[in-house]
Amino acid sequence: MNEAITQEQLAAAAEPSWGGGSEGAAVSKSQSSVLPTSKLPQRPPGLWRTGMSKFRRNPYAVAGLIVLLLFIGLTALAPYIAPYDPARIDLLLADAPPGTGNHLLGTDELGRDIWSRLLYSGRVSLSVGFAVAFVSVLIGTLVGSISGYFGGWIDVILMRFVDVMNAVPLLFLNILILAIFGSKFSYMILVLAFTSWMGVARLVRGTFLQLREMQYVEAARAIGVSNTGIIVRHLLRNATVPIIVTATLMVGGAILSESALSYLGLGIQAPATSWGLMLSNAQEFMLIDPLQALYPGLCILMVVLAVNFVGDGIRDALDPRKQRVVERRGWRAWSRFLRSKT
Amino acid sequence: MEPLLTIKDLTAGFATDNGTVKAIDCVSLSIDRGQTLCLVGESGSGKSVTSLAIMRLLEFAGGRILEGSIRLAGNELTEQTQRQMIRIRGNQMAMIFQEPMSALNPVFTVGDQIAESIRLHQRKRKSEAKVMAVDLLRMVGIPDPETRARQYPHELSGGMCQRVVIAIALACRPELLIADEPTTALDVTVQAQLLDLLQQLQRELGMSMLLITHDMGIAARMADQIAVMYAGVVVEMGSVEALFDQPAHPYTVGLMQSVPSMEGERLSELHTIQGHVPALHAIPAGCRFHPRCPRAMPRCTSEAPPMMAVGPQQQAACWLYDDRASGFAAAPDWDNGEAER
Repeated sequence: MNEAITQEQLAAAAEPSWGGGSEGAAVSKSQSSVLPTSKLPQRPPGLWRTGMSKFRRNPYAVAGLIVLLLFIGLTALAPYIAPYDPARIDLLLADAPPGTGNHLLGTDELGRDIWSRLLYSGRVSLSVGFAVAFVSVLIGTLVGSISGYFGGWIDVILMRFVDVMNAVPLLFLNILILAIFGSKFSYMILVLAFTSWMGVARLVRGTFLQLREMQYVEAARAIGVSNTGIIVRHLLRNATVPIIVTATLMVGGAILSESALSYLGLGIQAPATSWGLMLSNAQEFMLIDPLQALYPGLCILMVVLAVNFVGDGIRDALDPRKQRVVERRGWRAWSRFLRSKT
Repeated sequence: MEPLLTIKDLTAGFATDNGTVKAIDCVSLSIDRGQTLCLVGESGSGKSVTSLAIMRLLEFAGGRILEGSIRLAGNELTEQTQRQMIRIRGNQMAMIFQEPMSALNPVFTVGDQIAESIRLHQRKRKSEAKVMAVDLLRMVGIPDPETRARQYPHELSGGMCQRVVIAIALACRPELLIADEPTTALDVTVQAQLLDLLQQLQRELGMSMLLITHDMGIAARMADQIAVMYAGVVVEMGSVEALFDQPAHPYTVGLMQSVPSMEGERLSELHTIQGHVPALHAIPAGCRFHPRCPRAMPRCTSEAPPMMAVGPQQQAACWLYDDRASGFAAAPDWDNGEAER
């Protein structure tokens, strides 16, 4: 979602000022009554503006965004919020129930404060999620756009490579690579990105296959735009919406993959911590203290759900073919519906 | 003076599973500076392929130039690499397309698109290019160009969009403008306005124009020279006066007669040429028009006629004029010919 917001601001900031500062956008309300304003009606809101208003009317997306921002905010401020060092061991206070002393959510089997650990884990999990989504969208867009635009044997080679990548059991590939090269944080991001770009590549390729047949591509060639120019300036701009949407949806997938790897002990290594690692630690004590597993699990669940809601929201908001957000039935409508049946 | 554009024996085609098909075969044309050449013919006669071949855009459409030469201002275009063509396209020659709405990129403002065309070929800062873009919009007759420059293509009407497309094409003052059915997608009044605009701009900028159309009315109004194409070959060529006055090739005659007339009986049936354009892989031997020609002779089925002079400013590829070609004989009495049929 972060990306979407910044993109929107960039688009607004990059709004060209035609013919200097005397134009409507740059003129404040008080001045505009003095200056001769254009007789034309105000420009209809652009794609981003309508998208924002549609997004705001989608309660799921807004809730998802709030939850996501809450998580980002809390984890970013972890050093200030967390009452304890997440790696501080206090064997005298092991397995304390929630609320013991200053331990909001209690402590784990080594007496480490669970609340502090959750905050610090979130930093790792979220940054892995966004970094992996970013890198794999980068790779996927590159491969997909080249493949879709040029077609022919380039397309065949690249797409068969994608097929091969898809045919490899990726979790095992990840395990293998991390086992060989060691599980450094940056390695993990790269490994996860290298094994999850194929979907983006296919999506971008499909979009490009459709877009490259557009007449404005031919028109762009006719004024002397190079292939690179057409791909970067003309086609990528037209493919932004699906790319942003998949990027958002990939964040959730990356967080889950990270959790899976950490759970298997190949991801983040102690004393660093992540939600997946916390889950993995907690499983030994499932029967004694199930809450220990519940907290990180709940965090993963909420973040992934939130990211997916936001992604869906962005897709609905930016898809011009879907003009109205589907009206969700309120409780009143439901009760009326149920009463009408009886 | 050397003509601006000289095309000689241009053959271009597409590779298919059954070998190469020639979409145009030995097309020779030339346009003088400041002149307009109209390329007329029905759908599938190779008009658009010719224009794409000149722009060297045919490669992107899956086609290929097989033979011949295209010289633009002394520059052999068939020998240029695509990298070199990038500098020529939009700069020395530009193209206008049929569908103005789809020829503009929907995610950019029209001003941005004009500015892009300027910045591709001229060293200009973004702000300068934007000012120039507004000037260009004013030049093509768009009211309130400052506001329009900030609008997106979907906010403009079809006629406006076509004006924008013209502005983009003219951004770098090309010497040759290729207009591929520029007004087909527009309604008649807008059509007339745009044709006026094109003529006026052509006079102002002194550029040559290759206008592709299937509308004989537009051709009569705009052209200095007309070339009639049929099934990938030029069948008749000449000055607009000569061609409309005395069409020589039976196909041209048929085309002229298919134009609905304001005079005469209202309920009379429109004239049509029997049959249709042959498919590219089944082009008849001899003269390509002979299966549909009312005046076909035995010779037409076996030998393809070369271009023959039929008047001081007129050439036709038809055996009817073989014996008379040298003497510039008067065109045959076509009304009788039609009556016999």
